Amino acid sequence: MSPGDLSAILLTLKLAGATSVILVLIGTPLAWWLSHTRSRLRWIIEPAVALPLVLPPTVLGFYLLILLGPAGAIGGAWVQLTGETLAFSFSGLLIASVIYSLPFAVQPLQTAFQSVGTKHMEAAATLGASPLDAFMTVASPIAIRGYITAAVLTFAHTVGEFGVVLMVGGNIPEKTRVISIAIFEHVETLSYTEAHRLSIGLLIFSFLVLMAVTILHRRAPVRAG
Amino acid sequence: MLIMRGTIRFPEFTANVDVSAPLSGIVGLFGPSGHGKTTLLRLASGLERGTDCYVEHDGEIWQDDRNGIFVPPHKRRIGFVFQDSRLFPHLSAGGNLDYAAKRANPGRADPTRGQIVDMLDLAPLLHRRVEELSGGEAQRVAIGRALVSRPRLLLMDEPLSSLDIRRKMEILPYIERVREEMDIPVLYVTHSLDELSRLADHVLLIRNGGVAAEGSVPEVMQRMDLGPMLGRFEAGVILEGPVLAQDADYAMTDLAIGNQVLRMPNIDAEPGTMVRIRVRARDVSIAIEEPAGLSIRNALRARISDIVLEDGAFAEILLDLDGFGLRARVTRESVALLKLEAGMNVYALIKSSAIDRRLIPGGGKRRI
Repeated sequence: MSPGDLSAILLTLKLAGATSVILVLIGTPLAWWLSHTRSRLRWIIEPAVALPLVLPPTVLGFYLLILLGPAGAIGGAWVQLTGETLAFSFSGLLIASVIYSLPFAVQPLQTAFQSVGTKHMEAAATLGASPLDAFMTVASPIAIRGYITAAVLTFAHTVGEFGVVLMVGGNIPEKTRVISIAIFEHVETLSYTEAHRLSIGLLIFSFLVLMAVTILHRRAPVRAG
Repeated sequence: MLIMRGTIRFPEFTANVDVSAPLSGIVGLFGPSGHGKTTLLRLASGLERGTDCYVEHDGEIWQDDRNGIFVPPHKRRIGFVFQDSRLFPHLSAGGNLDYAAKRANPGRADPTRGQIVDMLDLAPLLHRRVEELSGGEAQRVAIGRALVSRPRLLLMDEPLSSLDIRRKMEILPYIERVREEMDIPVLYVTHSLDELSRLADHVLLIRNGGVAAEGSVPEVMQRMDLGPMLGRFEAGVILEGPVLAQDADYAMTDLAIGNQVLRMPNIDAEPGTMVRIRVRARDVSIAIEEPAGLSIRNALRARISDIVLEDGAFAEILLDLDGFGLRARVTRESVALLKLEAGMNVYALIKSSAIDRRLIPGGGKRRI
């Protein structure tokens, strides 16, 4: 394997890992809110979270590029703050990935929280647990399958993204050149052997992930209820 | 006292709540389903907010919407036993107790987890997963969990209603032990007369969120005007008295009711034990002379204190049996033929086999 491919793999893992961690952290309060609120705001927030599922990655990437570019709202502020540009950088790629994979974290969590319901939270409150305490010690452990599914799907989806990366990150070795971009480049340069090597790896990886999720959903004891 | 005032909106109606409940022993909140009994408990616990409500417990204000006071449920130091046990499924039975113990009221030293485990015989269940518990066992653990948190007030919301009669009989003695051994006032919601008669020291009859009647169990049960609320077939009274003697040959037990003896199929209790029995109005007949040659063995002297003629074929007669109220359901025709009227001395015939023995075995007894 070439050093370039190896760094692409490492970069991909780093991006997917960081995206998963950030999304579980952001997705948890968002999913909790969505699963319990009666606010009408949810009719806007919920479809907004799901948008990346249906939008062509190029559309999302295009707007993100404008937003993250030196002239954009976020990109401009970033330049002021750090002196570096967000577009075509790892940080920019990370922000784009977080937005792109948002539904893959929020939806499993929301489903899990909905099935936890309020009854166990009420029981915890009557036992003297504050709402945060009850969330950490009752709702979260009961919804553990939702967390695992959210993390696994986010990781896998980030590994598999292409369009958004190409738009926002480009193809800069060791900075934004992830596996899917590397494969694309190998094919462009007719290096089919290298393309094969990375592709088969990604294929097996994706299959294993989905198998793991399937088994998780069949085997793990159904706890909420 | 636990005082609750305010407005609660139910799906079908809006109720003005005005309830004052004493805080000693087991206070039964009784009444037909859908009259807001559960909501009252939820209001007391803070799980329900209501509109413009006021909740005061033992002089401490828990909720006063006019002055913006609301003590959240986790700071009220209450125990709540839900109809569905609501044990945490990710913890073992013992883990559920630990959860409560960790957050227990620091203001009280007991009961300890160990005491509760002993009292409710939970030791064999502790290592089990929640889904491996039967309905009755789960409810026992749930009661234990609520007690381990060392509450100042225990709220029980129809804790037995999801169980079949056998499981109910298994748990009732434990709830009686809670009453006898724990110094914790209990508000107990039920629509079962059996549970109420056996457990409650004081009854609040709940109608549309308010108290329609209150008093001791026998007092509330013998009030004829509440008949429609108590349910036609449930109409009856509670009699309370000590066991006088056991007759092993015929498997019968003598109870002292007032100055007279009520003979009934045997119950498992030492002489001197106080027991409560429920006598339904339809199992009581009336004779104007002392009867002879009847299979009914119980002919107790009583005085008619009131007669209510209904629109249909029946009449309800309230009798005074040495100070106890007794209800008889007879036909209007009988009332006319026997020329029954208030003030008459008669004999109340009580069918022994009809006495509700479900109230009696094991618990329902208090030492005198």
